[in-house]
Amino acid sequence: MSVATASLVAMSDGGYLAAGWGATIGLIGAYALITVRRGRRLSRRVPEGDRRWT
Amino acid sequence: MSDPTGDTPAVTVGGAPLHTGSRATRVLGLAALATIALWALYGLVWSPADREMGDLVRLLYVHVPVAILLYAGAGLTTFASAMWLRRRTPGWDALAVAAAELGVLFGVLTLLTGSIWGKPTWNTFWTWDARLTSTALLEVLLIGYLAVRRVDPSPAGGSVRASILGLLLFPNVIIVHYSVDWWRSLHQPATVTRLDPTIEGDMLVALMVGMLAGALTFAWLLLHRFRLAWLEQQVERHDLVAAVADRRAEGDPGAGTPASSNPTPTEPEAQPA
Amino acid sequence: MWRDVVLVAERDLRIELRSRVATNQVAPFALLVLILFAFALDPDTGVLRTAAPGLYWVVVLFSGVLAVARSGSLDDTDGIRDALRLSGLPPAALFLGKALALAAQLLALELVLIGAVAVLYDAPLAGFPLLVATCLAATVAVAATGVLYSALVAGLRVRDTLLPLLLLPVLAPVLIGATKAFEAAFGAEHIGGWDWCGLVVLFAVVYLAAGHRVYGALMEG
Repeated sequence: MSVATASLVAMSDGGYLAAGWGATIGLIGAYALITVRRGRRLSRRVPEGDRRWT
Repeated sequence: MSDPTGDTPAVTVGGAPLHTGSRATRVLGLAALATIALWALYGLVWSPADREMGDLVRLLYVHVPVAILLYAGAGLTTFASAMWLRRRTPGWDALAVAAAELGVLFGVLTLLTGSIWGKPTWNTFWTWDARLTSTALLEVLLIGYLAVRRVDPSPAGGSVRASILGLLLFPNVIIVHYSVDWWRSLHQPATVTRLDPTIEGDMLVALMVGMLAGALTFAWLLLHRFRLAWLEQQVERHDLVAAVADRRAEGDPGAGTPASSNPTPTEPEAQPA
Repeated sequence: MWRDVVLVAERDLRIELRSRVATNQVAPFALLVLILFAFALDPDTGVLRTAAPGLYWVVVLFSGVLAVARSGSLDDTDGIRDALRLSGLPPAALFLGKALALAAQLLALELVLIGAVAVLYDAPLAGFPLLVATCLAATVAVAATGVLYSALVAGLRVRDTLLPLLLLPVLAPVLIGATKAFEAAFGAEHIGGWDWCGLVVLFAVVYLAAGHRVYGALMEG
């Protein structure tokens, strides 16, 4: 077991911590993935000249 | 002009990228990831447990930053809405919707981490704690904003309806926040369960690193979501142009080329501000 | 400008007098909800009596949403909104006029409901100055906010489901403040009733100012 997992398990309320931290990282990651994917898909539909944003 | 609906190679020479990334987001993303790692280490390993709350305090290192980001998202939505009303450039509208969506995301996280913290502390997943209650109402306000945007028939680039709603958003947030705070302050439980323990030393570092990680992540997400909104505006604008051109071609079968596969590019009225 | 306000208010109220929607539909609905609460909560344990202030204001808010929707739909007839926009009537006057008419209807409703709550829930009516002040403040708050948000959802097909979703969270502070003020008026201790009434007044002022300012933009957009 890695140091991180071991300490999580050893701590009191480890389950709650795992849930809280895990849900946060997980949801943010999922949202990031979805957004970037939508961006890729949409980019294909826009003609080159208008894709720029800076 | 490349076919906007066909398959184009992932990298076009000298052309615009086929995704919402850029050097800025790559740098930002890496910085965010690094800070997140640091945050996890400080929050879960290097900082000590709280004297009263024990290890549960580590949940606060998540709960507090995401709550702040929720308010940041709401505030940004209002700011962008106000700017749109002033300038009427589509970039501000894109920013407004991006910020609102991030607000919803971080609102969910605030409610989630708050509940998870509440279960072992108060033995219940929901408690009418001022912060949780305000956040729940905030979420509904943000969801209402996004709902209006979804059914708004205005063409891409923003509408008065959505902007006024966005403009009123943060003031509503403030009023609700203070009303609920005051309302709950009448019911101090006998055993005071503090949501903000005296934080010092490594615990303070964990919290600060968490704020930084949150800010960087927020910025990265905002940039991508903003560009996505911008792209959506472009797509809608081009679909509109194509539809108009089609209609014209219908009325004039001999002249003109059917334009749906090669829409006349129109300069976007303004750059994102 | 005030003449315009009265003109608009008179028009809305005249329509109401003719159609009697508030008296024949909204008020009975409000009474119905009061009765439903009695079914939901045990009427014998004094819960209704204790909860009377909160239940009262919840009913006022729900019926208020109906009244707001009705006020907005008065302008749905073809071309009325455009006519109003082009008429040269200052939008602020339109806003205040509609709010005035709505407030009048709400006040009448609240009066009836106070009587109902006294009878049905055995509520201990007392502290009348505070009750009256709170009712006035809350009425203005609901009317101003309602007219503003109903203009915001005007023309949308899903207006009927969207309006409550937008309006009720915004009015939550009014619910909190008015309930607390009523509790204090009815005799609860340690509650600064007038402070809570002040919160509602503040809210009313904020939304009167906001509506006054942005109603014009909403009509153009």
